[in-house]
This record gives sequence, structure tokens and C-alpha cells, in this order.
Amino acid sequence: MIFPSRDFKVLSGFSSDLEARGVLCSPEPGTPQGRAMLTFMASDSEEEVCDERTSLMSAESPPPRCCQEARQGLEDGENAAQWRSQDSEEDLDDADRYVCSGVPGQPLGLEEELTLKYGAKHVIMLFVPVTLCMIVVVATIKSVRFYTEKNGQLPYGAGREQSLQPAISLSIYTPFTEDTPSVGQRLLNSVLNTLIMISVIVAMTIFLVVLYKYRCYKFIHGWLIMSSLMLLFLFTYIYLGEVLKTYNVAMDYPTLFLTVWNFGAVGMVCIHWKGPLVLQQAYLIMISALMALVFIKYLPEWSAWVILGAISVYDLVAVLCPKGPLRMLVETAQERNEPIFPALIYSSAMVWTVGMAKLDPSSQGALQLPYDPEMEDSYDSFGEPSYPEVFEPPLPGSPEGELEEEEERGVKLGLGDFIFYSVLVGKAAATGSGDWNTTLACFVAILIGLCLTLLLLAVFKKALPALPISITFGLIFYFSTDNLVRPFMDTLASHQLYI
Amino acid sequence: MTAAVFFGCAFIAFGPALALYIFTIATEPLRVIFLIIGKASEGLKSINPDETAPSMRLLAYVSGLGFGIMSGVFAFVNTLSDSLGPGTVGIHGDSPQFFLNSAFMTLVIILLHVFWGIIFFDGCEKKKWSALLVVLLTHLLVSALTFISPHYGINLVSTYIIMVLMGIWAFFVAGGSCRSLKFCLLCQDKDFLLFNQRSR
Repeated sequence: MIFPSRDFKVLSGFSSDLEARGVLCSPEPGTPQGRAMLTFMASDSEEEVCDERTSLMSAESPPPRCCQEARQGLEDGENAAQWRSQDSEEDLDDADRYVCSGVPGQPLGLEEELTLKYGAKHVIMLFVPVTLCMIVVVATIKSVRFYTEKNGQLPYGAGREQSLQPAISLSIYTPFTEDTPSVGQRLLNSVLNTLIMISVIVAMTIFLVVLYKYRCYKFIHGWLIMSSLMLLFLFTYIYLGEVLKTYNVAMDYPTLFLTVWNFGAVGMVCIHWKGPLVLQQAYLIMISALMALVFIKYLPEWSAWVILGAISVYDLVAVLCPKGPLRMLVETAQERNEPIFPALIYSSAMVWTVGMAKLDPSSQGALQLPYDPEMEDSYDSFGEPSYPEVFEPPLPGSPEGELEEEEERGVKLGLGDFIFYSVLVGKAAATGSGDWNTTLACFVAILIGLCLTLLLLAVFKKALPALPISITFGLIFYFSTDNLVRPFMDTLASHQLYI
Repeated sequence: MTAAVFFGCAFIAFGPALALYIFTIATEPLRVIFLIIGKASEGLKSINPDETAPSMRLLAYVSGLGFGIMSGVFAFVNTLSDSLGPGTVGIHGDSPQFFLNSAFMTLVIILLHVFWGIIFFDGCEKKKWSALLVVLLTHLLVSALTFISPHYGINLVSTYIIMVLMGIWAFFVAGGSCRSLKFCLLCQDKDFLLFNQRSR
């Protein structure tokens, strides 16, 4: 889920204080962005209306003032971002800003230009983690045989029991076997498997939305903690075991216990509570990769592809339809001015919580809801739609010591998106002849899709699903590269012909 | 078929492209997007009526590099991954320098794509159809030269000569001149120095 977050959490006193300093301004109400933003603001004060142009003019003031205001927790993230980007990017090639802005025949739209430039930075901030997750998955698939072995060939030894458990639980979701004599039967079975899986996901999502609507925060909290415990400890243990087996490295149980314990405990703290941002990002990437590996191993071949397609359709429907569960989730969170389970979402921004003076405990819980790795359900519910969240960096040493909700500035993408992107690329790497061209083609396809999604996001400025475009491109590229390009390139490379 | 061969060939083929990427593109997010979306050129041209020249050159460079990297990667990466595995090169009578030759060929193809991109965009903009034709013909020529693949000498040397010629042409098309080259090499280019100063 990519969302434009702004000020879900700003309190009234804070905003009036900002306004007094002449800093608070929102984009003009005429812009769609302004309309959306104005509805979210909790403040009762009159928002000073100033558009990007006037904020840009005032940005000519010396940087320290800008930084100070920003540090005091500007409500309007975009203005601050533009100021900062103005300061840091004046010396950049001016030509760049001219390339993609404006409408043909009209003078350069500063707003579009800055949106695009700002958006470009966010796109890159998302490319890096998505790329890292995919690299981890592909590297594991290519080197550790375990994840490409089908269930019939489980490794011997102590790992068997643990390895069987995910197999059993996942085969509940995909009971129809793909070992059938005819192609038609196999296709039918995979479609049936997909239907079962998707209905489970839909049911879980609706359940979660209902829980959220009726404020059963403790239940959700507990559920998510259980899931992340399982992911961080059990799946990590299995993964580590398989990697050690592959490289034939011996490790005694006490060392193993210490390693897994430390990894898991620090992960729980970072994800559910507080921790350095980079560490939190790294943990989220790792658990997404682990989950994607589980999917790649335990989903039957054709079912996996059909599931990928069906999940993108579901994502589209769930986020864009007025009665879609994810849209309702987002709207409920916006009404209550709460963030949407931040721990389930990868954020590339700075997050501080200085004090929680005025926030009620329930939203505090929601703020720190942990990631739910439990199979397909929750991250699909939270993971699917994507918005890039744009918060403000909070002020560490605020004089009042009040609210200080952190406002992060950056982009947020749901973990489910990471997982399904990695599943696609991992399956491309695992199947067939282990061809690298196919893997790379799928990787580029997903990045293109992500870029386009973020572009659409900058245009529409509301919640958008991140899966459909990327997965569609990925599927098209996978099948066409594997069947058309691969034989051709193989022949060319073996004869050293270059085209 | 050792790690040395793998790393050596990988860096021969992709080293310059990686260096170009790191030093000119990685720091600027918009350019990375151009690299990924490559073919956005026509659309971008239409929404950019005012300032065309510098940005189009940048776009040409980035597009050329993008196409070059993709082409080089698709041509070479499977060969590279095979070089890590067990085997004997040339056991059926082929040349034992298979990997090295492929690596050098990939390198020259990547660089050629960069230069062709710059020349082609410029030709399109200034409606110099002869430039387009020459780019097309040299591309066909280079590909045809690879058909005589066992004779690496002729193949590689002539391709490198073509690359140098294209490079010089692209340099002048992109606005360079002997004077600016001299300034650059003698570190007397004030604009460049100031630019670096400011960006820090």
C-alpha cells in the first residue's frame, strides 16, 4: 500500500502554534491534494492557505530558518520537502527540472515540476528496498537447493519436522494436487487452489477490518505479535539451517540458539517498538524475503502463477471499490486520525516518538502494530494497496514536549507488495532452466510497474494498489521472455553473435 | 572456469558501464528513472517545449546507457553464470578464449550503444537523416562482423575502431570541442570545478 500520509496525527495545539509562526500552510484548496489534506487535519485552527508558489518564494530565506521550522514539525510535509529539495538541488542541472513538467504549450508548472522531482526521489527510495529484497530471494533460490525442491524430497535429519509444518499448513490452502495426467486437469486444479486461497485472504481481510472498526486493538496486536514471533524465530531457524547445510558449515546448538535468539529479539523490538530506522527497514526486508521464500517453496507451480494474477485483481478491487475492505480500512483510519499499522509497512523515513501527551492509548497501540506475517491474510490486507506516505521529520527537542507525533517524511510501501514482487522474481529464477535473462526481465518489469504506480500516485494523490501494474508487467515479461527470448538469446550467446 | 575467470570477465564487460552509472546517474533520481523507463523519450519531448538541448542530451545519454546495459546483460549473463560451473572451454575445437572474447565484445557493444544513443537523438532532433542512417548501418555492420566469430582478431579490432570513431562523433555532437577537452584534461575547466564545489 502506498499512501500519501499527511498529518494524520497532528494535534490542534501544535498546528496553531505552527500557524502562528506563519509556517503552517497547505496547498490551495483548489488542488486535489489540498482538498484531501484539509479533511485530515485535526486542527481546529484555520489553515493558512498558501500554495507551493508562495512557499517557494519564502524558501529564499536562509536555510537555518527552514531547517528550524522543519524541525518544529511542519504540518505540511510537501512544502518542507520542497524547501529542502530546493536548497539541496539548486546546483543541480537545471535542465533536469525542465524535462518532465508542465503541459505542452503552457509555462512550466512549478507545482508539477516539484511534485515530479520529489516523486522521483521517493521512487528511488522504494527501488532500493524492493531490489534488496529481490536480490536476497534470488540469491537464496539460486544457491540453496531446499527452496526449489518440491515437498516429496524433503531433506533428511532434524529439519524434517519443521519443514513439514509449513508444508502441511500451506497444503490446506492448496489442496488440489498438480500431479495430474492432463494439462486441463492441472489447470483446473490450480484455478481451484487459487479460489480457495483468495477466499481465505478475503475472509481474513474482512475479519481484520471488522476488528479494526470495532476497536479490538488488543486482539489485533496480539495476533500480529504471534505472527511476527513465528516468522522471526521459526522461519529464520529453518532458513539458517538450510543455508548452513548448503555450505556444509557446522554450527553447534548453543551458538545457533544464541544467534537466532538475538536476531529474533532485536527484530521484535525494532519492528514493534522503537529502533534505528535502518535496522527496522532491514528486518522488514528480511521477513518479506523469508515469507516470499516460503511461498515459492510450498505453493504448487501453476497455482502460484494464477494466485499472483488473482491477487493483483483482488488488490485493485479491494483498494479502489468504495466498499472494498482495504479502502474502508484506510478511510476508518483517516477518520480516526490514526496511522495505518505502521509496523506492517515499510517506511523509508525518519520516525521519532518524543512524547505521547495527548494521544489516546488506543491510537498508540495502532501506531505500533507489528507486522503480521501469518501466511496470506494480513499483509495482504495491509500489504496490498500502496500509498507513498509523506510525513514530516519530527522535532527531537521540542520546547513544549507535547505531542510530537512523528511525522516521517518518505515513502511507505506495504510488506505484502514486497512479498509478492519477490515471489514473482523468485519463481522466475527457480523455474525452468535457471535462466538469468528471465529473472532480470521480471525484475525490470516490476521496477517499471512500481515507477508507473508512483507516477499515478503523484497524479491522483490517494490510495493506490501497488500490485496490479507491476505483477501484470512481470507476468507478461516472464512468459514472453521464457518462451520467446530465451531460446533465441541462448543460441546467439553460444555462437557469440551479437545483435 | 574459475572464479577468476568469472570476476575478470564480469568486470571487463560491465566495469565501465557500472562506473558510468555510479558516477553520472546514481546520484540523480530522475536519471535513474529514465534509465528504467528508457523509451519515454517521445513523450517527454512533447511536454518539454522550452528548454530542449541540455535535457535531451542527458536523456540521450541515459537512454543509450540503458539500452546498452540491457543488451549487454542479456547477451552475456548466462555465459557468465556458466563460467562459474565446471567444464572445459573449447573441448569441441572452439577457441579457448571464448569467455574473454565475449566479455570484450559485450563491453564494446555497451559503449557503442551509448554513443549511438547520443548521435541518434541528436539526429532526430536536428533532422539529420544521414546521422540516423549511419547509426543504423554501423549497427548492422557490427552485428554482421560478429558472424565471423571464430576469427576474433578482425572481429574485435574493427569493432573497437568503429567504437572509437563513434565516440569521437558523439563527443562533438554532444557539444564538446578540442578546447573544452583540453581544459578538462588540464583541470582548468572552471565551470566543472565550480559545479563540483557547489554540489558538495
